[in-house]
Formats: sequence, structure tokens, C-alpha cells
Amino acid sequence: MTAKKYRLTLTLLVITLAVTAYISLHIGTISIPWFAVLVSFDAGELDISAETAETYKTVVSQIRLPRVLTALLCGAALAISGAAYQSMFMNPLVSPALLGVLAGAAFGASLGMLISNNILVAQLLAFGFGVVSVGTAVLLARFFPGNRLIMLIMGGVISSSLFTALLSVIKFIADTQNELPAIVYWLMGGFSAVSSSAAAMVLPFVAVGIVLIIAMSGYLNVLSMGDEEAASLGVNVKRSRMVLIIITTLISSLTVALGGMIGWVGLMIPHIARMICGADNRQLLPISALIGAIYLLIVDNICRTAFAGEIPIGIMTSLMGIPFFILVLSRTESRWN
Amino acid sequence: MYPLKVENLSFAWGSKITIDDVTFSIETGTVTSILGPNGSGKTTLLKLMLGFLSPVSGRVMLGEHDLATLDLAMRAKKMAYVPQRHTAVFSYRVLDIVVLGRIPYSNVFCRITDNDYQIASECLTQLGIGHLAERSYTEISGGEQQLVLIARALVQQAEILIMDEPVSGLDYGNQLMLLKQLRRLAQNGITCVKTTHYPEHALWTSDRAIFVRAGKIIATGNSADIINSSTLKDLYNADIRILESEAGSQKMRTCVPVFD
Repeated sequence: MTAKKYRLTLTLLVITLAVTAYISLHIGTISIPWFAVLVSFDAGELDISAETAETYKTVVSQIRLPRVLTALLCGAALAISGAAYQSMFMNPLVSPALLGVLAGAAFGASLGMLISNNILVAQLLAFGFGVVSVGTAVLLARFFPGNRLIMLIMGGVISSSLFTALLSVIKFIADTQNELPAIVYWLMGGFSAVSSSAAAMVLPFVAVGIVLIIAMSGYLNVLSMGDEEAASLGVNVKRSRMVLIIITTLISSLTVALGGMIGWVGLMIPHIARMICGADNRQLLPISALIGAIYLLIVDNICRTAFAGEIPIGIMTSLMGIPFFILVLSRTESRWN
Repeated sequence: MYPLKVENLSFAWGSKITIDDVTFSIETGTVTSILGPNGSGKTTLLKLMLGFLSPVSGRVMLGEHDLATLDLAMRAKKMAYVPQRHTAVFSYRVLDIVVLGRIPYSNVFCRITDNDYQIASECLTQLGIGHLAERSYTEISGGEQQLVLIARALVQQAEILIMDEPVSGLDYGNQLMLLKQLRRLAQNGITCVKTTHYPEHALWTSDRAIFVRAGKIIATGNSADIINSSTLKDLYNADIRILESEAGSQKMRTCVPVFD
């Protein structure tokens, strides 16, 4: 995509994201007048009592804003991680879920929930086991000869199964009164339980991670040429890939610590972005991040407003993702050959 | 002046020695063909020269520098690698692939400038494929893909190009087109080293030939001098005659198999 078209697309996406976020702040169980945020909850302007204005303000700033920020940053993080993984492993079929990151992080976070009440412990363990599971997938793929693309998927499947099994052990051990339901509901995915303090603690890391990956997007173009070619172009392959794996795994694990297992975003969004802007990672990554943010924000809005009770977001992304991805696959197949 | 020298190089996979005490020098502005049967160690030798593999003993010298101690970006400015055209997974724009040749000159964030794109366009034009710049790499033909990878190597502005079987998988017309391009590059002072399965191609384009068998060099010198029935019999264990015929303004040699 030419520089001009790219800037235009970027601008349009930023506007769409801003509008979606603005709308998201106003919709929900308590429906808030559309101009409330624009007029800073001025009771006179909105023609409501000062008390109601105060309630609206609290709902928006304490509940909805953290949730909106969490949803959009998690969407951006998952989408950009998927795009980065796909490029660095030269494999359009991998994603945080397929490489086992989500399963590993889920195991780590549930272990954390079991042994401690401190959210920091859950987050650290989520990240730790996220790294372990990618490592397992990549090492298994190296260990067996054969088609690199397929072996990495196999490695991911094995690593995913391993941590899913370990997660079952945690569920089995967990106390059925409190811990088990908490783990199960959290794993289905959702941002309803995200406290503003947890969001404030975790989201800066996610945001910095996203910025760092975008800054390194030039490396992804080189790495996607293959190890030997990248080395012949003067890039230290092992070091740059290791740095990228750590950052991508960090941010995708943190989404698990915040919102549970949210599948399909990391696989689907990069493909959609690639259809829009092509394969160049310097454009693909920012566009993936923005589309991922908009997508997860919209899905989260549906989850919390469509029905009387809230639907877990992981279920929604799968239900919406699968048919959409089949459509995308049928249109992009030729681009992979 | 030898831009590339291989000195007493040995390599082993486990206990199996695949390159055994190999020494040769490459001269500036020549095309050198490395010939040898399958499994003779051609590719291993190429990977050692590129620094993808580390030798058990001996060294590769890039001008005055030992390859093993040379920084990766410096290496990339002196020596470029043209791989066998690969099955691209992602459909990059041709220009975006070619401009990657500027990575050794870029900053820590791999930032590519407008000037870099300018150089990339010029190299594409130089190879006669300027019209492909905006096309997708996955949509162009095999011969064009190989030229794109050569263009990327030229963008690196390295004095040495190392190519792994550049004609493999190309149709006959594209093979000849590529050989002509190699001759032109050498005339412009670029040193080309390639592996090949075609002794004829070594006769047509290359000044020098290196025969590798079982990890050892069995002959090295001017292609025209060392490629003959008896050396080819040694190398490939096949009966081959060399014929010479008029082709346009030149005399060309061809290899003809004897099937008796």
C-alpha cells in the first residue's frame, strides 16, 4: 500500500476506534445520554439532576472507561501478537492460541489464583508459562524434521494440550465452592471482573509492548525471509527473534491475566489486515492493532449489552470468528502459495 | 587481489567430515562455478563461505578480515547471498523485498529511507525488471523471482555475490537470461560465486570452476581448461564429450552425453 493510502487507512481506523470507544462509554445497563462525556457530565447541559450526573460520571470513569481501555488494548495486543508470530515464524497459520501461549498463560494464571490472592502473582505466572509454552512449541518443531510450517503447528498443538491438561489438574485440585467457579468463568473470557486498579497496573505494560513491537516491525520483514537470508542481510536472527518472542508473549499472556482466554482474534485479524494493506509488517502491525482494538471493543459491547446477562467474550469471539475466518480463508488461500 | 579466500577449511557433521581441508581464492570480477555431484559438499561449502556454518578448522577471509570475527552488518556490506528462489509465505511487494538489501546500512530499528527505495528501484531497472516493482512477489514468474533476489543482493552494494544454484527450477529461456545477467555483473566488477549442476553453464558464463567431490577439491582453474571429458568423468562418473560450435559471433562449448 502506498504511503498516502496507508496514512488515510490509519486515520480512518483511528477515527473509527475513537467513535466506537466513545459510544462504548455510553451504552450498557445504565444508558447514558450521548453527549454526557462531551459536556463533562454538566447537569445543566444534560437537563438532569446533579445526583444523576454524578452517578453517570462514576459509571463512566470507574467502570466503563477501564473496561473499554482493557478491551481495546487486549484486542490490539492479541492481533499484533498474532501478526508478529506469523511473520517471525514464517507461518500464516500460527497465533497466540495455536502456539499454546493462551493455554500456558491460562495454566500459569490459574495456578496463581490457586496459590495467592495477589493479582501480580497470577500475571507473573501467566507470562512465565506463556513463554514456557511457546518455547515448548518451537523446540518440538525443531526436534522433528519435516515441513517447518506443519511441525510448528504440531508443536503448538502438543504444547497447548499439555497445558490444557495441567490446567485440568488445577481445576481438579481447586476448591469447588469458590476457586473452581472463579477459574472456569474467568477462563471463558471476559472483562466484567477487571478492576480499575488491575487495569491501571497491567495496561501500561501492554501499551508499551505494542509500541515496542511496532518499533521492531522492520525486523519482522527481515525475519520472515528465513534465518539464513536474514543473517546474510546483517541481522542477528537469534537475538532479534528472542526479543520479539518475549515481548509478544508478554503482551498476549497479559491479556489472559486480564480477560481470560480470548481465541481467534490473533489469527483472524492479521489476515484481514493483510488483505487491506499487504504483507509489509511496518504497515501490517499498526493496522492489525487498530482493527483488533475495534473488533474486540465491539464484541465486548455485544457481550455486555445484547442479552440480560453478560456472555463470556471468549465464547463470542469463537462464535463470530469461526464463520468469518472460513470466509477469509476462502478468499486468501491463493496468497499463501 | 582476492576479495574472498578459503584457507584450509574443514567441516564435519558429528564425526562425518564433509569438507576436508579445502583451500582456494576467488578473484575480483570473475564468475566462479562450484561443481560437484549431489552430496559432494557444495552447499556446505557455500554455507561455510557465508558464515551460516562455523568451520571445524581453517577460515574464510573477506579481503583482510576473518569472516568469523567480522560483525554481521559489515559482512553483509561485503558479501551478499542469493538463495534459491523460495516459496514466499507472504505476498510482499517486489520493491519491499529488494529494499531489504539496505538493512545492513539501516539503524537499530531497521529504518528504510526514501533514498533506500531509490537505490532499490535503480537496481531493479539495472536488471531490466523495473516494471515489476509494484507487483507482488508471489505473482511473478520463477525467473523474475530469481532476478528480484539478485536485485536485493545488488542493493546491498556488496562486492561479492554468493548464489545457491541460481538456475534451479527455471525454464531454459530464463536460465539463459540469468547466465547473461551474471556475465554482465562480472563485467561490472562484481565477483560472483555460484554452485551449479551444469558444467555447460560454467563454460558459458564462468571464468573459473571448482570441482568438489566428497568434500575435497579435485580441480580448480579456468573453466575452459579444466572442464573436459576426463575431469567430468572423474567428477560425475559419466561419459561426456565437449563439442565446440559457432553461435553468433562466438564459439560456444557444449556437453554431450555418450549413451553407448
